[in-house]
Amino acid sequence: MTPNPTIFIPLLLAALAVFAWSCWKRFSLISLGQAEERFDNIGTRIKDMLLYAFGQKRVLAKPFGFNHFVIFWTFIILIVANTEFILNGIFPHTIKLIKLPFELYVPLAFMIDIASLLALVAVSVAAVRRIIAPPYPEARTPEAFFILGLIAILMLASFGLNATELANVMFKSNADPASFLFTAQKIMPVSAQLAGMLPQMHLGTIHTISWWAHALSLLAFICYLPNSKHMHILTAIPNCFFMRLEKPNTQIREDFAIGNSFGVDQVDRYSWKDLLDSFSCTECGRCQNVCPATITGKPLNPRGVIHDIKVNLLKNCSRLKMGEKPETPLIGDNGEGSISEEAIWGCTTCGACMEACPVFIEQMPKIIQLRRHLVETDARFPEELLNLFENMEGRSNPWGIAPTERSKWCGQMNVKTFDKETTEYLFYVGCAGSFDSRSKHVSVALAQLLDRAGVSWGILGKDEKCCGDSVRRLGNEFVFDRMARENVATFIEKGIKKVITQCPHCFTTLKNDYRQYGLELEVIHHSELLRNLVQDGYLKLEKTTQEMGALLIHDSCYLGRHNDVYDAPREVIQAATGNAPAEMERNRNNAFCCGAGGGRMWMEEHTGERINLTRVKEALLKKPDTICVACPYCLTMFEDGLKDLKADNIIVRDVAEVMAEAVLR
Amino acid sequence: MLIVCCIKQVPDTTQVQIDPVTNTLVRDGIPFIVNPYDTHALEEALRLKDRFGCKVAAISMGPPNAEGTLKKALALGVDYAILLSDRVFGGADTLATSNVLSAAISKLDSEVDKVGLVLCGKQTIDGDTAQVGPGIASRLGFQQLTLVDKVVDFDLSGNKIRVSRKLEGRHEIVEAPLPAMLTVVRELNRPRYPKVPMRLAAVDAVVELWNNQVLKLDEQKIGLKGSPTWVSKIFSPERDKGEILGDGYADPEGTAALLIEKLMAKDMLPL
Repeated sequence: MTPNPTIFIPLLLAALAVFAWSCWKRFSLISLGQAEERFDNIGTRIKDMLLYAFGQKRVLAKPFGFNHFVIFWTFIILIVANTEFILNGIFPHTIKLIKLPFELYVPLAFMIDIASLLALVAVSVAAVRRIIAPPYPEARTPEAFFILGLIAILMLASFGLNATELANVMFKSNADPASFLFTAQKIMPVSAQLAGMLPQMHLGTIHTISWWAHALSLLAFICYLPNSKHMHILTAIPNCFFMRLEKPNTQIREDFAIGNSFGVDQVDRYSWKDLLDSFSCTECGRCQNVCPATITGKPLNPRGVIHDIKVNLLKNCSRLKMGEKPETPLIGDNGEGSISEEAIWGCTTCGACMEACPVFIEQMPKIIQLRRHLVETDARFPEELLNLFENMEGRSNPWGIAPTERSKWCGQMNVKTFDKETTEYLFYVGCAGSFDSRSKHVSVALAQLLDRAGVSWGILGKDEKCCGDSVRRLGNEFVFDRMARENVATFIEKGIKKVITQCPHCFTTLKNDYRQYGLELEVIHHSELLRNLVQDGYLKLEKTTQEMGALLIHDSCYLGRHNDVYDAPREVIQAATGNAPAEMERNRNNAFCCGAGGGRMWMEEHTGERINLTRVKEALLKKPDTICVACPYCLTMFEDGLKDLKADNIIVRDVAEVMAEAVLR
Repeated sequence: MLIVCCIKQVPDTTQVQIDPVTNTLVRDGIPFIVNPYDTHALEEALRLKDRFGCKVAAISMGPPNAEGTLKKALALGVDYAILLSDRVFGGADTLATSNVLSAAISKLDSEVDKVGLVLCGKQTIDGDTAQVGPGIASRLGFQQLTLVDKVVDFDLSGNKIRVSRKLEGRHEIVEAPLPAMLTVVRELNRPRYPKVPMRLAAVDAVVELWNNQVLKLDEQKIGLKGSPTWVSKIFSPERDKGEILGDGYADPEGTAALLIEKLMAKDMLPL
């Protein structure tokens, strides 16, 4: 009853060679990517890795996450068992777990036995789930069942091994089976249970079958692993280590020098971390299950984007290594390995995919890199964007309205121009707040509240320029770069330090994007400021307002998910109405986009259901009288959606308007 | 063959103020753009370049800062950019302007390559005369095809061009031998967006400056002296005060009916 090293050792060496070669082949591809600094703050990185990779924090956020948690940790434990198995296969007479000191052996054997059982249960659950209710329909792949089956065989074989070995000891020692098994069950409960059922005469055969089943499935697993999506077993942990420490709510800058290339149109233009991302994807589908584009039937699928990047890299690697043009283009309709232009333009940059990804893959920046190539190098984009780009560049607003009209929103109000000597805050009104007839009401409401609270504030008037959010998310980095430089110069020249925005897009751009230009501003979204003014007693609420009936709140992506501001708008509503607003089914960091982010505000939506209609329908399930937003884009998208669904008896209000209703009316 | 595209820098707004004293446009604080019609002429020139490999020259008469307009043309892909700028060119009306532009085109024709086609916007948004293009054609003896909304055929070997002209309520297909001068309307094409590498290259690209020492034109035929047009007065016409019909918010259907009734009474609806 001993393994046969003369057969096993060559097989093992062959498997290890395949493993090493496959790993080297793939990992060496990662080095084709561009340089990117991800080695800073090692302490934080280790902490994040422990929390998210070993602690599986994000994995656990979904119901079946616990199942994965079990598989992960049982695998960690079973590393010991499998190491012993391999060493035992090489040195059958010298290495055996049981030769360890008894105090060490007992808990180890117990843990391995239980871990094997848990792993078996977990893979069974995973298999059943994949049959009955897969995470997404395409997840029922033969690959998935193959790997689950392989793990199950490994576990069953190890039970077979342990049970036969126990039974062997039992029969040889002539001990009383009942008392032997009773003791053995305290050490290996499952294997001992099985040992009692084994027929003495076939023990040798069962052991040999189990041993070889275990050996072959283990070696197959080793060979298969680096060539499949299960590569994530090796890459997910480093991927968590190398995650972006700040929220991925901006894009990297480009250097506009002659001879440079702009954006990405072949995989090796991505950074090494982008390529590592592609090998870290488990294809769990959590990103696509929250993606507004995928859900509403658009060709964009964030999982697909990452998968195509990986496939493209594998297809083109030999040419790329030689510095030749790739055979399969990254952008286009060339099937697996290519990303269609419609998919690239479908992204609302809502960040839901990145928030959902258990291993912190950054899908959105990769999509914007592709947009950059299309816009900057090829000048190829949906035709409705031509006007937008020209208006932004020529008149610094999306509609192309004369810049002199910018301060007309304040009408007869007495509004000061910002002056660092006499005003504390700049109220950066933004394009929507300045020009959009609906959003102008929000600007006025906010201005009146600021005055009522005695805030010292001013505007830039006709010197205010668009922040450039849309052009940046649309990949027109060249124009964004000019706009950002110009704005940053204005802010520095005027000595602006504190800024109030009523638009989450201005908010994030001023706060996060302009930091790349060396401008550190204290940017406060109006919902935060209003909350603070109430809390600190500057805004006095003598009554609450019930005018707006049942309020439902919608989270803006760029306020919530991208900048973690969730409570402020809720607290403003609570203060103004006396009640917390009702919540949508998908809320806070799981909120569903209104459809306007990422420059989608300015584009047609030709395929599938409109994103705003999907969200409005979700809102209607809660039977609100008023839908409450904190973003001018959301405001437009909701009002349009309600009109389209003939539900415009329901009103949409910005949080500032809700507060104004309580304070000013 | 060389295609020449005439472009002009104009103030970017439809709300230009007029100085009541000098009778000229108040241009302070108003950014300049390429005359929108000219962008379509430029686009068509570049499309012909893409298809037939002709070279394209963009020329513009204006003050030194009109160089920006030509840089934009360079960023879009023209091969030559020439600024016609001289104090003696200033104050020109359409006649004097077409004299300068024609002279420049002739110079290109003799020094660079045979000019087969001149493209102009149908008019500028500041002067709105639509006379400069035809003026050039007359001066150069080129075929004159105005209001073009489609180039149906550009036959280099047959040395002819066939275009569709957009007239009121109908289209006209016309064929003419080259060289020809086209003025174009917006429907002709959708202008391209500049690519970043070309924009960057345009920054350092040279815009040639041709003044009157280069063109050597008779000063009586250019600038203010060569302009028989006299501006006696420029003013914004007074508009009749409008009328607000019904209440569109309270009763949109009734208001629409009211509007239709009014329009019919004034015979403004085709029936």
